[in-house]
Amino acid sequence: MTTLIKGARVLGGQSADLLLEDGRIAAVGQRLGVTGADVVDAGGLVALPGLVDLHTHLREPGREDAETVETGSRAAALGGYTAVHAMANTDPVADTAGVVEQVWRLGQEAGLVDVVPVGAVTVGLRGERLAELGAMADSAARVRVFSDDGHCVADPALMRRALEYVKAFDGVVAQHAEEPRLTVGAQMNEGDLSARLGLTGWPAAAEEAVIARDVLLAEHVGARLHVCHVSTAGSVEILRWAKSRGVQVTAEVTPHHLLLTEACAQSYDPVFKVNPPLRTDEDVQALRAGLADGTIDAVATDHAPHAVEDKESEWAQARPGMLGLEQALSVVVETLVEPGLLDWAGVADRMSVRPAAIGRLDGHGRPLAPGEPANLLLLDPAARAVVDPAALASRSRNSPYAGRELPGRVVATFLRGTATVRDGKAVR
Amino acid sequence: MKRHLLDAADLDRADATLVLDTAAQIDQALAGREVKKLPTLRGRTVVNLFYEDSTRTRISFELAAKRLSADVINFSAKGSSVSKGESLKDTALTLEAMGSDAIVVRHGASGAPHRLAHWVRGSVVNAGDGTHEHPTQALLDAYTIRHRLGRLDGVRVVIVGDVLHSRVARSNVWLLSTLGAQVTLVAPPTLLPVGVGSWPVEVSYDLDAVLPKADAVMMLRVQAERMNASFFPSAREYSRRYGLDAHRMAALSDDAIVMHPGPMNRGMEIAADVADSVRSTIVEQVGNGVSVRMAVLYLLLGGASS
Repeated sequence: MTTLIKGARVLGGQSADLLLEDGRIAAVGQRLGVTGADVVDAGGLVALPGLVDLHTHLREPGREDAETVETGSRAAALGGYTAVHAMANTDPVADTAGVVEQVWRLGQEAGLVDVVPVGAVTVGLRGERLAELGAMADSAARVRVFSDDGHCVADPALMRRALEYVKAFDGVVAQHAEEPRLTVGAQMNEGDLSARLGLTGWPAAAEEAVIARDVLLAEHVGARLHVCHVSTAGSVEILRWAKSRGVQVTAEVTPHHLLLTEACAQSYDPVFKVNPPLRTDEDVQALRAGLADGTIDAVATDHAPHAVEDKESEWAQARPGMLGLEQALSVVVETLVEPGLLDWAGVADRMSVRPAAIGRLDGHGRPLAPGEPANLLLLDPAARAVVDPAALASRSRNSPYAGRELPGRVVATFLRGTATVRDGKAVR
Repeated sequence: MKRHLLDAADLDRADATLVLDTAAQIDQALAGREVKKLPTLRGRTVVNLFYEDSTRTRISFELAAKRLSADVINFSAKGSSVSKGESLKDTALTLEAMGSDAIVVRHGASGAPHRLAHWVRGSVVNAGDGTHEHPTQALLDAYTIRHRLGRLDGVRVVIVGDVLHSRVARSNVWLLSTLGAQVTLVAPPTLLPVGVGSWPVEVSYDLDAVLPKADAVMMLRVQAERMNASFFPSAREYSRRYGLDAHRMAALSDDAIVMHPGPMNRGMEIAADVADSVRSTIVEQVGNGVSVRMAVLYLLLGGASS
């Protein structure tokens, strides 16, 4: 299969042709010509390395009514992703080699993105004893990221052991930083608005205290720590301090925490209920700045599909989480590229290069250069569209961007040289 | 008036005053009548949708609707389809399909009446949602203060106790401020919300310091479960620091009143002799509740134009 992409702006710079052959980029140059190639006119489009998500909930096995590996993969491809890390809080929990291999094989069969399972840190996500981390690392799924996401590994001794143990196979513990005793019954960001709305507050300190503790533990044992969905200005400060000390810590921020604030909760519409909660405008500004200066390494979607009945309810009863895969790049364009905080190289770095490095994915996050795997996307940065939940590829509809106009449209995505998305539509 | 009554915070001065004035007119209209019933809402259906037990609030709304000649349906979540897992939305749509014109909802989740208002065409009245609001309670409290003291503008109201978990306190803060009263919240810091600094109130941790200037003292009920969750060290310490007993009541000015939304913990937040004193408006508040709720239903259901 040979594809010739004509006139794409490579990372937003000069336009060039890219020749994709046998799953790799065979050539990058001006006026390339190959007979028999599938030609893609990419005039005005930006070429970026295929995006890598560190934080996706695919719900299979267990809640296939909300999402399956296949539907989630399709949503990811439409968002420009070529690899996603599937979180472990499935039913059964991905805490054994058997379950992570099942998820990995389902991803292979769907063939739209590389689905990389995340292994649970503790058995059943219960935070009591370590899961068989080594068996998951040695499995066909080759797990390198371990997380109890949805739950914090709250016990400091257990967290220390997890950080130490995964060093044996160059793994990383991705922590959902939330001190559970400070967030009992928590429904939204704690502050003026939560007091007024009568929704129990989720204090910023509950996140920051765990991050501070964990970076000290990671420093002490010399291990890799990754912080999931950072949401507060204080967390950014702690990460900045930790990195200045040389701690091996990385962090991610979600698109929704870069765009939306706690003010969304005023409607009591549970589509805006998420964990960690949407924070204040000051937090949003700090998160954007932290991503721009590299304190926060990656944008990760925390794509969390939920069936209608799990969201169309009272706020307190609704499950936390929102969709993210299909609009993540658009949100980054709106919040960072258009305001001039991040250029296209920066987007590639935070949404592809660094996430791939954190997850130790060899074939992703690579430069668009000859010899590299042909994992890439083409984006029309000038396009704008109103988000219509009914048109989403995800099996769920809980998009916080419904009705909002966002910039940027993924026109095409290629996984190892094969189009998974063409003309903005999934190929399969 | 708007179509729904969801928050006291949403009421402007004109609307709030309209409710109080209408309640006063209803009281006058019924005064001395043997049959305390008006034909205003004949043919209308009011549903009391109660997800939480609250006998006094439900009866008050039921009586209010019946005195306006509306048909009343009481729907308790216990033993209903709700206990079989039916969602709030499905319940609301079912009730609407049966022809309800107004749904009075009590719910343990903050914001539940707001969600309900999205799904139904009729009016929704918030009869208490989680720790958010209880607007008719605030209206009846304001009505009681105005009735007793003759005004609301400039009246100094002290609200004492578990503000953090109290929908009554929240509704009163917004409504009384809108109506020109000066509100002071008194509680241990653990029972005040983090965001209280942005509210239009003064805050004190010292009940004795604020009592002499108070025109009305509103005691809040202390829930038993707070005592076991380290919000304060013990019931005895709470009662000593924040309870209203005869000794403290003596510090009040001569015409100051004592209020409580009920049900009371006698001997805890309020001493029995205080609760039963002539200054206490507690029983009067219950009666005023019916009048205020009649006014709300009358105004929301367009009784004025029928």
